[in-house]
Amino acid sequence: MNIMSNKMINILVPVISIILGLLVGAVVMLISDYNPVTGYIALWNGIFGDSYVIGETIRQISPYILAGLAVAFAFRTGLFNIGVEGQLIVGWFAAAYVGMAFELPKIIHLPLALLAAAVAGALWGLIPGILKATLKVHEVIVTIMMNYIALHVVNALIKTISGGGFKTDRIHETASLRSEFLSNLTDYSTLHYGIFVALAMVVVMWFILEKTKSGYELKSVGFNENASQYAGMNVNKNIILAMVISGAFAGLGGAMEALGTFGNMSSMGGFTGIGFDGIAVALLGANTPLGVIFGATLFGSLKYGANNMPNAAGIPVEIVSIIIALVIFFVACGYIIRVGLIRLRNKKEAK
Amino acid sequence: MDYVIEMLDVSKKFGNFYANDRITLQLEKGEIHALLGENGAGKSTLMNVLFGLYQPDGGEIRVRGEKVAITDPNVANDLGIGMVHQHFMLVENLTVTENIILGSEPTKSGMLNIKDSAKKVAEISKAYGLDVDPHAKIEDISVGMQQRVEILKTLYRGADILIFDEPTASLTPQEIEELLNIMRKLVAEGKSIIIITHKLQEIMSVSNKVTVIRKGKGIGTVITAETNPEELATLMVGRQVTFKTEKGPSNPTEEVLKVEDLVVNDYRGVAKLKGLNLSVRRGEIVGIAGIDGNGQSELIEAITGLTKVKSGKVLINSVDVTNKKPRKITETGIGHIPQDRHKHGLILDFSVGYNAALQSYYHEPFSKKGIMNYKEVNEKAKSLIEEFDVRTQGVDELARALSGGNQQKLIIGREILRNPDLLIAALPTRGLDVGAIEFIHRRLIEQRDSGKAVLLITFELDEVMNVSDRISVIYDGTIVGTVTPQETNEQALGLMMAGHSKDAVSKEQIAARKDGDEHHVE
Repeated sequence: MNIMSNKMINILVPVISIILGLLVGAVVMLISDYNPVTGYIALWNGIFGDSYVIGETIRQISPYILAGLAVAFAFRTGLFNIGVEGQLIVGWFAAAYVGMAFELPKIIHLPLALLAAAVAGALWGLIPGILKATLKVHEVIVTIMMNYIALHVVNALIKTISGGGFKTDRIHETASLRSEFLSNLTDYSTLHYGIFVALAMVVVMWFILEKTKSGYELKSVGFNENASQYAGMNVNKNIILAMVISGAFAGLGGAMEALGTFGNMSSMGGFTGIGFDGIAVALLGANTPLGVIFGATLFGSLKYGANNMPNAAGIPVEIVSIIIALVIFFVACGYIIRVGLIRLRNKKEAK
Repeated sequence: MDYVIEMLDVSKKFGNFYANDRITLQLEKGEIHALLGENGAGKSTLMNVLFGLYQPDGGEIRVRGEKVAITDPNVANDLGIGMVHQHFMLVENLTVTENIILGSEPTKSGMLNIKDSAKKVAEISKAYGLDVDPHAKIEDISVGMQQRVEILKTLYRGADILIFDEPTASLTPQEIEELLNIMRKLVAEGKSIIIITHKLQEIMSVSNKVTVIRKGKGIGTVITAETNPEELATLMVGRQVTFKTEKGPSNPTEEVLKVEDLVVNDYRGVAKLKGLNLSVRRGEIVGIAGIDGNGQSELIEAITGLTKVKSGKVLINSVDVTNKKPRKITETGIGHIPQDRHKHGLILDFSVGYNAALQSYYHEPFSKKGIMNYKEVNEKAKSLIEEFDVRTQGVDELARALSGGNQQKLIIGREILRNPDLLIAALPTRGLDVGAIEFIHRRLIEQRDSGKAVLLITFELDEVMNVSDRISVIYDGTIVGTVTPQETNEQALGLMMAGHSKDAVSKEQIAARKDGDEHHVE
């Protein structure tokens, strides 16, 4: 008889991980003389407290999903795309530019702005893809450098098109993802249609990998380049294609910010961090499309909900960051908890 | 009786599966004891229990009469048990001595004292006739030498019971003979040896006793002198096995593969094929005999388009395919069983079903307008599994989880079902047991009989003699001669593989025959 089925373990592992993370976070708060109960109530209220924060939390999750998909897609095809941050930045800029520079009917304008973001991200992924495929330059090095190039090139472009200013003009309403309906539903939060774009992309990633011929080739090359070459696949083409698709997901992540949350782009002093968090999102989700939703939800909720902890419980931002990091740390250590659970089960079975 | 090792009713289970089910093995002092079984029969598991890598779930182990618990390999080392693994555990860019002392480096006032160790290594090497240079770098010495370093390592650490795990799997025929001599020398000096193998020839030639296991159960222990290969094979597989592959005379017709003056350079620009000529016709099996590294890999890669041809031509059915794309060449009618099934033959992390489609996924009905039809893929895989007797839990099992023999059957099935005019089989039976070897040889001959051409590349002399209709011997990038199995023998082939021309060899053969027939074996 199975006391704990594998399915149950799969559900128990993340739950126990989060609880452990919260417990250690509580210890941190206790040591620094803050009340963990008030702290966590503030966190809870910051995520689920009312319809407004729920709206904002979901809004925060959208770019995380896309960044996570970008990293996960590359991982599944044997590549480590650390350039999601840069691809997201160029996507953000491209969407913001198309959104403000053209006047078109919404049915054309919005898709065009989204497409621009995806293409920009794809091009930013294309360069490391080509270098990897033709010259065997490791994609990690190139993508890291491409992040810096993206950051500063975009800052310079913002300055140029705004005539020396620090932000682009607002996009036209016709390119906006903003939704009065969603906003009203959530007590006037900034929730926009982007979450549907993100969820659609989850389906797209699943479809590409699991249903298409390209997906078969991409995965095959990712697992074993040699055997794929023996089977007559074009390994170089697949490496480049993988980076392009990954970059397109990341670029769309930028469009969430340009067309939904902010409606423009301001020059940045540093990285957004979303692209880097995307690595953790993908890994937490075991690089599967559904897993990415889980990882992004965890990340987005904690990030947004934590904003409430300093206000409502007086806990300094630094301590909050530690607590968030601890929760994520324990979720990432899920493997240890899984092994522990399986041992426990085997022991019980032996008795 | 003076047993140095007694494993009595030892069991080991993984989950609900018994890998070892009450197996008994008793090793006498000074004997070579063979442990025989098919792939996946549980030989390695049993030895890993003895070496402390696994803990037994039942039974007991006695070393020199005393009951022991071997909780980890260090305990095994302390008991004088050493293991020579199938895959060597050596650091490529360190010297022999450095590798041997690794983990227990002797120091003199804090400084590494390699001189004394090198001397000791040289002494042991001399005592057992191992002939190893203590200062040579591992990357510079042959596979056979590297194995001797592994043997030295166990001796240096004071082992007097040696376990060899499939020691001959990657050796040339000459190296195998030398290894067997080293084993004889070791037991003469009082060591005791367990050798894990499924090669019956070696067992007959070197061992004193054989313990046979089948599907995790001990079948029994026999004295080598009182048995024969046929009986051992029957014990191992559980049914009668034919050795001499049954086949009628070949009936070759038109030429399928023609290789003309082929020159291939490696990445450094060194010529690996130096004007090679070869021809394979429908209805025949041409065997390429040769020692590893004489251009076999380059020949296959040049034919299949995986490497650039510098000059010369490859013709398939009279169509010039030189330097064409691999897929283009495949479509011309080539099936390819690669020599390294893990690296080149399979995507180990793909399911059995996915792997079955690796060469045909882009065709209808497996995909249509860019969309895969995995239902069709898996249907096809199911019939392949059925037809080629691939033992698997199903099409969704990962290829990684299959045993070597079943992985190979999967590849062979995939290639043969594409109905190629030319089937290239590179080391198709490497590491497989007699049952699987028999199966694969039969399939190759079936191909031939149905009017296909087969090119067989192998390092095994008996395989090339048994299966081929013609044998082309490759040496240093050219074919030094083509003979039929009827007009040659293993000795003559061995000489040609060492670079002697066919004419020179036949003269020597004639001379040898005049001397009396002592060179003629079997």
